[in-house]
Amino acid sequence: MASPLTFVENLLAAGVERGTPLLFATVGELLAERSGVLNLGVEGMMLLGAASGVSVAHVTGSAALGLLAAMLAGAALSLVHGAISITLAADQVVCGLGLGFLGAGLASVVGADVVGVSGVPRLPAFDLALSGLPLLGPALFSQNLVVYLGFLLVPLCWFYIQRTSTGLRLRAVGENPTAADAQGIGVSATRYTHVALGGALAGLAGASLSLAITPGWADGMTSGQGWIAVGLVIFGGWDPLRSALGAYLFGAIRRLPLDLQGVQSLPLFRNPNLGYFLDMLPYVFTVLVLVLVKIGRVRRRLGPPASLGQPFVRGERGR
Amino acid sequence: MSGETPLEPAPRVRLCGLSKRFGAVQAVDRVDLELHAGEIHGLLGENGAGKSTLMCLLAGLYRPDAGHIELDRTVVSFRSPRDAMAASVGMVHQHFMLVPTLTVWENVLLGTRDRWLLRPARAIARVEQAAERLSLRVDARALVGDLGVGQQQRVEILRVLMQASPHDETQPIRVMILDEPTAVLSPDESVALFATLRALCQRGCAIVIISHKLDEVRQAARRISVMRRGRLVERFPRPAEVTTHQLAAAMVGEEISLELDRPASAPGEVLLRIRGLTVASSHTGRPAVRDLDLELRSGEILGLAGVAGNGQVELMEAIAGLRPMDGGTVELCGQDAATLSIRQRIALGLRYIPEDRMYTGTAPSLSVLENLVFRRYPDHGPWLRLQRYAPWCQQQIERLQIATSGPAQAARLLSGGNLQKVVLARELDRARVILALHPTRGLDVRATTQVRQLLLRARSEGATLESGVEHARGRARNRGATLERGVEHARGRARSGGAILLWSEDLEEVLALSDRVAVIKGGRIVYTAAHDEVELPTVGRWMTGGGAANAT
Amino acid sequence: MRLELRPRLHRSTRLTLAVSLASVTVALGLGGVLLWIAGVEPLAALRAIFSASLFGGAFALSDTTVKATPLLLCGLACLLAFRARLWNVGAEGQLLLGAWAATGVASFWLPPSLPAPLMLTLMGLAAIVAGGAWAGISGALRSYLGVSEIISSLMLVYIAQKLLNYFVFGPWSERGFPLTPPFPRSAWLPRLSDWADGCPALSGLTVHLGMVLALVVCLLMWLLVQRSVWGFELRILGDSPRAARYVGVPVERRMLVTMILSGALAGLAGMVEVAGVVHRLQDRFSPGYGFVGIAVAWLARLNPLGVVLGAFLFAALLVGAREVQPGGISIMLQGVVMLGVVAGDFVLRYRIQRREREAARG
Repeated sequence: MASPLTFVENLLAAGVERGTPLLFATVGELLAERSGVLNLGVEGMMLLGAASGVSVAHVTGSAALGLLAAMLAGAALSLVHGAISITLAADQVVCGLGLGFLGAGLASVVGADVVGVSGVPRLPAFDLALSGLPLLGPALFSQNLVVYLGFLLVPLCWFYIQRTSTGLRLRAVGENPTAADAQGIGVSATRYTHVALGGALAGLAGASLSLAITPGWADGMTSGQGWIAVGLVIFGGWDPLRSALGAYLFGAIRRLPLDLQGVQSLPLFRNPNLGYFLDMLPYVFTVLVLVLVKIGRVRRRLGPPASLGQPFVRGERGR
Repeated sequence: MSGETPLEPAPRVRLCGLSKRFGAVQAVDRVDLELHAGEIHGLLGENGAGKSTLMCLLAGLYRPDAGHIELDRTVVSFRSPRDAMAASVGMVHQHFMLVPTLTVWENVLLGTRDRWLLRPARAIARVEQAAERLSLRVDARALVGDLGVGQQQRVEILRVLMQASPHDETQPIRVMILDEPTAVLSPDESVALFATLRALCQRGCAIVIISHKLDEVRQAARRISVMRRGRLVERFPRPAEVTTHQLAAAMVGEEISLELDRPASAPGEVLLRIRGLTVASSHTGRPAVRDLDLELRSGEILGLAGVAGNGQVELMEAIAGLRPMDGGTVELCGQDAATLSIRQRIALGLRYIPEDRMYTGTAPSLSVLENLVFRRYPDHGPWLRLQRYAPWCQQQIERLQIATSGPAQAARLLSGGNLQKVVLARELDRARVILALHPTRGLDVRATTQVRQLLLRARSEGATLESGVEHARGRARNRGATLERGVEHARGRARSGGAILLWSEDLEEVLALSDRVAVIKGGRIVYTAAHDEVELPTVGRWMTGGGAANAT
Repeated sequence: MRLELRPRLHRSTRLTLAVSLASVTVALGLGGVLLWIAGVEPLAALRAIFSASLFGGAFALSDTTVKATPLLLCGLACLLAFRARLWNVGAEGQLLLGAWAATGVASFWLPPSLPAPLMLTLMGLAAIVAGGAWAGISGALRSYLGVSEIISSLMLVYIAQKLLNYFVFGPWSERGFPLTPPFPRSAWLPRLSDWADGCPALSGLTVHLGMVLALVVCLLMWLLVQRSVWGFELRILGDSPRAARYVGVPVERRMLVTMILSGALAGLAGMVEVAGVVHRLQDRFSPGYGFVGIAVAWLARLNPLGVVLGAFLFAALLVGAREVQPGGISIMLQGVVMLGVVAGDFVLRYRIQRREREAARG
C-alpha cells in the first residue's frame, strides 16, 4: 500500500512528465499568438510531430534525429498556416482547423508503418544530482531529457520576450502591427518566424510523447492535448511562466485518474467504468480555468495581444 | 506669432516634380515644394487632396513614381521610413504609432536598432534626458495606454525626435512633419504643442503641419501651401493677409459659402430630460458620467464641448440604450427610458450617429440597401423583403449624393465620407431625438457643409410628413392601430422639430451649429451658454478645468 | 512591372462557384502530391476513392448518401453558428449527445410497442434537446462570460465521448460489448431496402429517411437565413456584433439561441445516424461527422444550398477512404480541401492587377 507521501511524490513526478508535451505546445502557441497569429492546428502539428518522430527514429535508429524531424515537420506545417493566414490574409480560425485535419491525416499516413512497432529508439532519461530530495526530488531531477528541455525552455522564453529587443519587437507586432510597421519592423517576417517556432515546438511536443513519455505511435495519441494547450495560453495570460505552471498542473490532472485507480479503497476500483468520469477531468478543468480567467479581474497586461486573429494588410511601402 | 521673419535663403528641402499613383488615382501630381529651416509650413487640402501622401513620400513611407527630393542640396532617395529617419526626417502621424501595452521608453526606443539585450535603466535615463533637452514632459516608465491623448502625442513627438537624431541630439531633427496634430487636443494643449514646435524651429528645424483647421494654420504657419486633387494649386507666402475664406476657396477650387443657413427655430416641448445620470466607465473604476442633468427640447441643437474622455460617449450610449445606467433617470419623449429596450427607443424616434461609422454604424459586409433599412425593417413583420425599400433607398442615395455603384454594393467599399452619408440618411429619417457624435469627421469641405445643413434642417423640420404617414400605414397594417390615429400622430410629430445632442472634436463646428452649448468635464455639465453668448476662450477654460475667468 | 492588390468590388455567384470548384480541384491535386510524397500512389488512390463512392453504381451512391445525411445536418449546424461568427467546433459532441438521448429514449425509456412515427418523433425531440443543451453550455459561456466557444465546445466533445463510453461500456452495454442492444423495430428509420420485397432493385440500398429530413431542414434553414428578419439580424451579428447591438438586436441572447439551434441540428444528426444506420448506440459510430461538418459549412461558403454539395463531396471522401490504406488519407484530403477553400477566398477578395509604369521624368 503506497504511503500518502509516495503517492504525492509520484503524482508530482508524473505531473511534470505528462505536463511537458503540454508545456511545449503551449509555449509554442504562445509565441505565435504574441505575434498576432492564432494557430488552431496545434493538435494536428503535435500528431504529425509524434508520427514523424517515431518514423524517422525507427528508420535511422536515432531518437535525436527523430526529434529533429518532428520539429521540422511541425515547422513546415505551420508555415503553410503562415502562408495562408499571413500572406493571403485569410481567416485564421478556419485555416487552423483545416490544418489540424491535414496534420492529423498526414500523421496517420506517415505513422502507418510504425503502428505497434517495438524497439523504437527512445530519448534517454536520467537522474540529476538532487533526485533524492523528498517530494520534489523525483519530479525535478529524475526525468527524461525532454522534461529537462522543458525546464530550460520556460525561463529562456520569458527572457526572450521581456528582455531582448527582438522580444520587444515581437510584443509590438502583436499589439499594434501598424505602429511596428511604421517603425520599420517587418510584421510578416516576425509573424512567420514565430508561427514557425510555434510549429516546431508543437512538433517537439508530439515527439516528446512518442519518443519519451508514451513511446510508440498510435492514431490520435495526443487525445486533445493540443487543444488544451490553446486553452492554457489563455490561462497563462500569454506569459511563459504561468503557462508552465498550468501545463504541469494539467499534467497532474491527466495523471490523477490512473493513480487513483490503483487505490483499492476507492469505489473506482470496484466499478472501472467510473474511470471515464475521471478521464473527463482535464477537459472540465480547462473550461473551468477559462471561466475563472474571465470572472477574475483581468488587467490589461493579462489580456490577449490586441491584433490576435486579425490579418495585417499594409499599404504600399517604399519598394 | 507668424511675424515676417525672413526665411533662410537656401531651402532645406526641395520636392521636385514628385508624382505618385495608386491604381487609378493620381494621388500626387508633379508637385514642387520648398521648405526652409526654421519655418512652420502649413499644408492644407481636403481629404484625398494628396497632402498626406506627399508628406509620406518625404518621410519614406512611399517611393515616388517620378521626381526627386533634395535635402540640404543633396538628392536623397528613401526606401523606407528608416532611411528617412537616418537622414533626420521624421513624421508624426495622425494615428499615433504607439503600442499601448508597452511603456513610454519601450515605445520610444522601439524602432532603434539597439543592442540585443534590453537595459531598462539606461534606456529610461536616455529618454528622460532627451525629454528634458527638448522641453517635453513625459514619464518614461508609464504605460502608454494609461496616458491621455496630449501626453501620448508628446511621447510620439519624442519618439520621432529621438529616432531621427540618435547620436547628435543638439540638432534635434532636420525636418518634422505632423499630420493633423491638433485634431484630438484641447485648446490649451494645442497652444502647448505650438510652443514646442516654435522652440524646435528656433533650433533650425523645418516643420510641416498638415491640417484642415484653417484658422489655426493661418495663425501658426509662416507660409501655407494648398493642394487640390494631387496638385499644389496655391501658395500663400503671407498668411496674415489671407482670410480663412480664401483658404477654403483655394482648397475647394471655387467660391464656397462656409456660412450655414440657420433658419429660426423655436424650441418646443422637452423631448429628452436627464436627471442625475451616472454611468460607469469601461476602463476605470470611477464613473464616466456623474450626476448629470440635461434637457433637450424639440427644435434645438445642444452642443457638448469637451475634451475627449470626459463622458461624452458614455452619455450618448446610455441614452441610446447601448450602455447601462447606474443611477439617475432619463426621460425620452415623456417615457422613462429605463423601461425601454433599444428597439422601443428607436420606435419613439431616437436616433444615434455613432463615433465608429464602420463597425457600429454600419455592418461593413452588408450592402448599402441592407444598411439603410436598419431602422425600418422591424416595422414589417418576420419576413424580410428588401425590395420593398429599394425606391426609398434610391431616393436617399440621390438626395445625399452618396457615391456608390448601387444599393447592392458592400458598405465597406464606400469611402469614409459616403459611409457617413449612408448613416445620416438612415438616422435622420423619421427622427425626433438625434444623438450625433463627430458627424463630419473625415468628410471633405463640401460634404461637411452638406451634413451640417442636414442637421440644421432636421432640427427645424423634424420628421417629414410623408415618411410619417408611410410609417403610420405600416404600423396600422401590423399592429392594428387605426390609420387615422397614426396620421394624426405623424402630423403632430412633423409640427415639432427634431432635437439634436451633438458632440464633435471640432469646437468651431459645435459652436456654429448649436443653439446652446454645454461644457462637459469629468462627467458632468459645468457650464452652459446660449449661441449668442458663447465665447471661445471661456469655453476653452471650462473644458480644461480652468473654471471661471477670475478663479485662482 | 509590378503587381498590386486591389479589393474586388463585385463578387458574382458565378465567380464564387468557379473559385470553389477550382479550390477543390487544386486541393485534391495537392493532396495527391502529398500522397505521392508519403509513398501512396495518388491517381490510383483518388480513383479508388471516387469509384467507390460516386461513380460505382447504385450501391456506391447509396452508401455515399447515407454518409452524407449526418454530414448535411452537421454542415447546416456549423453554418448557422458561423453566420453569427460563432465557431461551433464541438458539433461532434452535440451529435454524440443527440445519439445518446435518442438511444435512451428508444431502448430504455419508451415502450417498444409505440408506433414508429411517434417513437421516431420523440427520439428526434430528445436528440434536439440534448444537442441543443450541450451547445447551450458553450453558448452561455460565450454570451455571458466571453469564454471562447471554440475551446469550450471542443472540450465538451471529449467529455461527451467519455460520457458515451461510460454508458456503452457500462450500464447500457450488451453482454459486456461496447454497444447497446439493438433498438426496437419502431425506432428504426425506414430505408429503401425495406421495400425490397416488392421491388427487388431496392435491395441492399441503405438510404434512409434521414436524408429526406435533412433536405427539409436544409430548405428551412435557407428560408430562415436568407428570407427572415431573424436571419437578417443574424447576418448583421455575424458581420459586426457592435452594429447588431446598435440596431437593437439582443446580442447575447441571440448568440445563445443560435448556438442552441446549432447544437440541436447536430444532435438530430446523431439521432439520424443511430436510428438509420446501426440501430443501436456503439462505440465510435461517428467517424467525426461533427468535425467534417465544419469543413462542409466552409466549403459551402455558408450558403445552405451549397451545403448539400459539400456534404456529398466529403461523404465521398469518407466512403472512399475505406478503399485506401491508411485511413488517415481521407482526413488529410478533408484538411487540404478546407485549406484550399480558405486560400481560394483570397481570389474572391482581391484582384491582381498590373501597375502601369509612369515614364520617369527629370
